Amino acid sequence: MSGAPFTRLLERVGSQGEGLLAYFGGLGYLTLDMLRHLAVGLVVRPRIKADETFFQMVRLGVRAVPIIGLVQLFVGMTLSFTLAPVLEDYGQLDQLATVIAKAVFPQLGPLIASIVLTGFAGAAIAAELGTMVVGEEVAALRTSAIHPIRFLVVPRVIACVLMTLALTVLANVVGTVGGGVVAVGILDIDPWQYYHTAVDALLVKDVLTGLIKAAIFGYLIVVVSCYEGLEVSGGAGGVGRATTSSVVRSIFLIIAANCVFTALFYFFW
Amino acid sequence: MAPGLEPILELRGVQKFFEGRQVLKDINLLVAPGETLVIIGGSGCGKSTLLRTVIGEHAPDAGHVYLWGEDACCASARALDRLRRRFGILFQSGALYSSMTVGENVALPLREHTDLDERIIQMVVKMKLELVGLRDFEDLMPAQISGGMRKRVGLARAIALDPEILFYDEPTAGLDPIATSVIDQLVIDLRNKLGVTSVVVTHDMKSAFRIADRVAMLYNGEFIAVGPPRDFLDCRDPRVRQFVEGLADGPIPLRVSKTDYLADLLGFPPAQT
Repeated sequence: MSGAPFTRLLERVGSQGEGLLAYFGGLGYLTLDMLRHLAVGLVVRPRIKADETFFQMVRLGVRAVPIIGLVQLFVGMTLSFTLAPVLEDYGQLDQLATVIAKAVFPQLGPLIASIVLTGFAGAAIAAELGTMVVGEEVAALRTSAIHPIRFLVVPRVIACVLMTLALTVLANVVGTVGGGVVAVGILDIDPWQYYHTAVDALLVKDVLTGLIKAAIFGYLIVVVSCYEGLEVSGGAGGVGRATTSSVVRSIFLIIAANCVFTALFYFFW
Repeated sequence: MAPGLEPILELRGVQKFFEGRQVLKDINLLVAPGETLVIIGGSGCGKSTLLRTVIGEHAPDAGHVYLWGEDACCASARALDRLRRRFGILFQSGALYSSMTVGENVALPLREHTDLDERIIQMVVKMKLELVGLRDFEDLMPAQISGGMRKRVGLARAIALDPEILFYDEPTAGLDPIATSVIDQLVIDLRNKLGVTSVVVTHDMKSAFRIADRVAMLYNGEFIAVGPPRDFLDCRDPRVRQFVEGLADGPIPLRVSKTDYLADLLGFPPAQT
């Protein structure tokens, strides 16, 4: 390709933009297809694969329980250590539980739970579906009139969204407890006082916005990884690339979506 | 084809391009019910592309594929699914679902497309696996059996719904001679006993002549000879002769690279002639 540097820049921006549009178009198309199959599976002909969905929930979510618990415990403890000096300066140390609960329930709980889950579920889904594409398994499904979206994507979407919600609840509780461990053990705050302050501080909105975001993050993880997996081409290398990019893109989209939804909730709720 | 017999599969002027390269050039073909058609040809001649176009994996860039008189290229997703339920495919690798056992693989089409009782399904699974000689392997995972066995399980799965037409992509490649005979005999039995139509893509000449009612040779994306096996053996076309007899020398080149070897090797620009 030749031409002035400006033209080349324009060409590059154009082609990147086109790729980005195609990517989001693909995600949107997959979402529509998935919703159609979900609706058909739930309403018209009840044939959502309950056992497959349950299997995926265990596989994708349950294994992430210990690591999410540990990560959130550390995050909560770190929060306590970071905020305690500031609050002490203002003579507001007894409000530590308020700040921690307000940080964890709407923000850190859903965010950390879904980012850790991206590593578990997102990578696993992309690698599995990618391997199935390479091994012609997806082609075999399609040509046996078994729709891959209904058979493969729908159970994973249900499993991943439900598990992100469940793990967010866990992350919320453990994160607040982690803050409490430092508050009680080191800062000499009464455990009951910590508990009651946290419960009083939390509004329904804090909990609900966190859970709504968790469901959205869970969906982002699963739609990106399914898309990356099903679009694999080029053998083992392609599977590796899909796995990596599904994790990177999911995390980016989760953080971006978190910003957007936090702003929306700030203005409209 | 006998007069008055509706073809089960018909290809009319099918063309397919990949990245500007024409892989299939104006393919025309009729397959009669109960017939076994074997498509032969060297690697990269477009055999697999042809098969994939027929089963609707990718649409032809020009022309039409008719299955039971219905245009598969323009069919709606639902109509295509209805057609697909009537045919079976054996993929080159077997394409077994790696997360399911051998038995579950064979049972899947039955569970998805029929309302049969689980006991009946189990019985059918055993029957189909017995046909390919693998009845005791039901509970193994695909990773625990050999490549040849995977292919045989793939065949058992392909015939699970008793299809009217079966497509085979290299059914005997990589199989030992006995397993090859078993598969060949199965193709013949399916035709003789159940009237199943078969389209087999292969480059195993022995197997091709054993099972075929008609052989079609694909070369450079077009059929260069179509006829009963006996005519094929008498065919005078040097390309057919070379392929059938498996000769290294002949009109079909071993090397398909088009650039100048010396220039490519030494990094020279192509010589001006």
